[in-house]
Amino acid sequence: MKSIVIRGGQVVDATGTRRADVLVEDGRIAAVVEGGAADLAADVTLDAGGCVVAPGLVDLHTHLRQPGREEAETVETGARAAALGGFTCILAMPNTTPAIDSAGVAREVLELGRGAPCDVRTSAAITVGRAGTQLTPMAELAALGVRLFTDDGTGVQDARLMRHALEYARGLGVTLAQHCEDEVLSAGGAMHEGAWSSRLGVPGQPREAEEVMVLRDIALARMTGAAVHFQHLSTRRSIEMVAAAKAEGLPVTCEATPHHLTLTDACCAGYDPVFKVNPPLRTDDDVAAVRAGLAAGTVDCIATDHAPHAPEAKELPFDQAPPGMLGLETALALALTNLDLPIADVLALMSWRPAAIIGAHDAHGGPVAEGRPANLCVVDPAATWTVDPGALASRSRNTPYAGTTLTGRVRHTVLAGEAVVVDAEAQR
Amino acid sequence: MTGARRHLLGVADLSADEIEGLLTLTDSFVEVSRRRMPKVPALQGRTVTSLFYEDSTRTRLSFEQAAKRLSADTLSFSVSTSSVAKGESLRDTVETIEAMGVDAIVVRHRSAGVPHQIARWVSGSVVNAGDGWHEHPTQALLDCYTIREHLGGLGGRHVAIVGDINHSRVARSDVWAFTKLGAVVTLVAPPTLLPPSVEGWPVRVSHDLDAVLPTVDAVYLLRMQRERMAGSLVPSLREYTSCYGLTRRRVDLLGDKAIVMHPGPMNRGVEIAADVADLPRSVVVDQVRNGVAVRMAVLFDLLGSGRDLGGELDREGSR
Repeated sequence: MKSIVIRGGQVVDATGTRRADVLVEDGRIAAVVEGGAADLAADVTLDAGGCVVAPGLVDLHTHLRQPGREEAETVETGARAAALGGFTCILAMPNTTPAIDSAGVAREVLELGRGAPCDVRTSAAITVGRAGTQLTPMAELAALGVRLFTDDGTGVQDARLMRHALEYARGLGVTLAQHCEDEVLSAGGAMHEGAWSSRLGVPGQPREAEEVMVLRDIALARMTGAAVHFQHLSTRRSIEMVAAAKAEGLPVTCEATPHHLTLTDACCAGYDPVFKVNPPLRTDDDVAAVRAGLAAGTVDCIATDHAPHAPEAKELPFDQAPPGMLGLETALALALTNLDLPIADVLALMSWRPAAIIGAHDAHGGPVAEGRPANLCVVDPAATWTVDPGALASRSRNTPYAGTTLTGRVRHTVLAGEAVVVDAEAQR
Repeated sequence: MTGARRHLLGVADLSADEIEGLLTLTDSFVEVSRRRMPKVPALQGRTVTSLFYEDSTRTRLSFEQAAKRLSADTLSFSVSTSSVAKGESLRDTVETIEAMGVDAIVVRHRSAGVPHQIARWVSGSVVNAGDGWHEHPTQALLDCYTIREHLGGLGGRHVAIVGDINHSRVARSDVWAFTKLGAVVTLVAPPTLLPPSVEGWPVRVSHDLDAVLPTVDAVYLLRMQRERMAGSLVPSLREYTSCYGLTRRRVDLLGDKAIVMHPGPMNRGVEIAADVADLPRSVVVDQVRNGVAVRMAVLFDLLGSGRDLGGELDREGSR
């Protein structure tokens, strides 16, 4: 394996910031020389001048679509998109076909991820077929390394089943994650219910469809003592409820997506299904509240909810098109461009905090220090670029940011000691 | 104003001047419609396709009649006998039609926004003939024309739109059209049938039809659909009629000159009593009649670019 020296950058991790050169050998960080060292020699030199060198990013919410929807994405193309976005670890969501609800399917996804340019881990469903009626073999899945269970794409509707799932999960030391949506309240809704849906004549789903399930699961976390991770929260009251639960000392965490931090329901005015997503884009007030939740520490991490869809699916009528948007290749730049946060805080939200939630901090998100696994990203925070859907590595093109100019670009990504992205180009 | 806009997707995008312009243009085509030979060569050589993904009688026939009276060629597309039944996508269908050389696509679809999507894919004109709950702009134009015909204009007039506002594309178009022309609009419905938010809508809202009727110049009744009961939006059609139906008793609350309107098809005995629908103050038949002239005006406005209307109207159409 070729040795690498990352020269000229500012190292930023959970321990702080310092000017240092980083030597990588045999998959690990061999040396971190503060102030830099001209005599560090390696097979490959990665220029990090003007850049931040940080632990690789970790995404808790990636739809890789394999098995079953390979026309939209594969583990390989999704992992490449992730690497280009600075991620060294992504967590596959289980709403594949078949669902990741058994050891067999989980093994298949992990096998597909072996050799990919990103560390592909998998979540698994809480219920068989994500049908909400029978628990998956969580112990068997946990033995394969699954740390997070979710029926993402739908929420667990049955409160009693959710209670038992939480109790069972507590015994295994795994975390349940919830896509919060009361399906009876949200039924038929294709966008956020409010002034825009009313005007556009599009059936809406109210905020309360999300909020009643957040409220319920906080109660169940209190009841069972089990950890709950709330996925892609999108409303002011959801954030307020999680803040109160945390203040009470309950074991809850939550994530927010880049799109819920940057876009609103007004984007749906032209009926372009590229802006259809679930939970739906909300209002300015909700966006402000989710952003404030990030700044206040209520929101633990930014997760992409990268959801590729083939072009023909996104050319269906708005109410029939599937929800979801691409996220991996734009997430970091969106956060750096739009959030009024220091880069160290953005990296915390996208690297070490999410790594801790899925127990990946042994390999990802840890300090840039001698002996640690070499999973790193090198980010040029001043570089500007314009999002071109045709230039994305994802198999799909459904980014809502086409033509948007962003500040901050991933220059290099190092995975287990290998430079998988060099000068913003995927190496394989 | 002819030729200024390529599509007619909604009334919300039109200015008051544009609406007035279309109504003035409609006057000319009303005159044509009264002729012994009600046909002009204004759109000779142009092709208009109607692409109806949802059942319709009056709108579809009205557009076809309008296109024919303008001497345009018409192609008609029926979902049940087309490749759509074989699973062809909306975009493929539209691109196939366009490849045959059409100048305008008149589209009706059950999903809001489909005309907007099609407009992004084609180089010709798109006319919205009703999209989901969103808009039905030619209905609003013919409603304005009919009100103008009977009441002399919209300015300062009070119109009550009664019934299932939330699920009504007619209401969403009429609100903009009536208010842009200066009318005061009151939406009358139980809260379950109002949009979740009317923030930014230039309307008043009432749940008391009896209180509103004495103050209106026109009462516009919307079709009440049986399926709304399944969604627990109203307890029963009987209760709906007792609260919001235009019964014979309620007609007596109207001023002498107030007119009664309905976009059709009517549920006699539900939102409108059978004998009320046939009263002289009911202008439902005028609405249908004016629909043809209004749609002639819309098609001529979009497709007649560069053609002199006066000259076209002086010539008789070929047989």
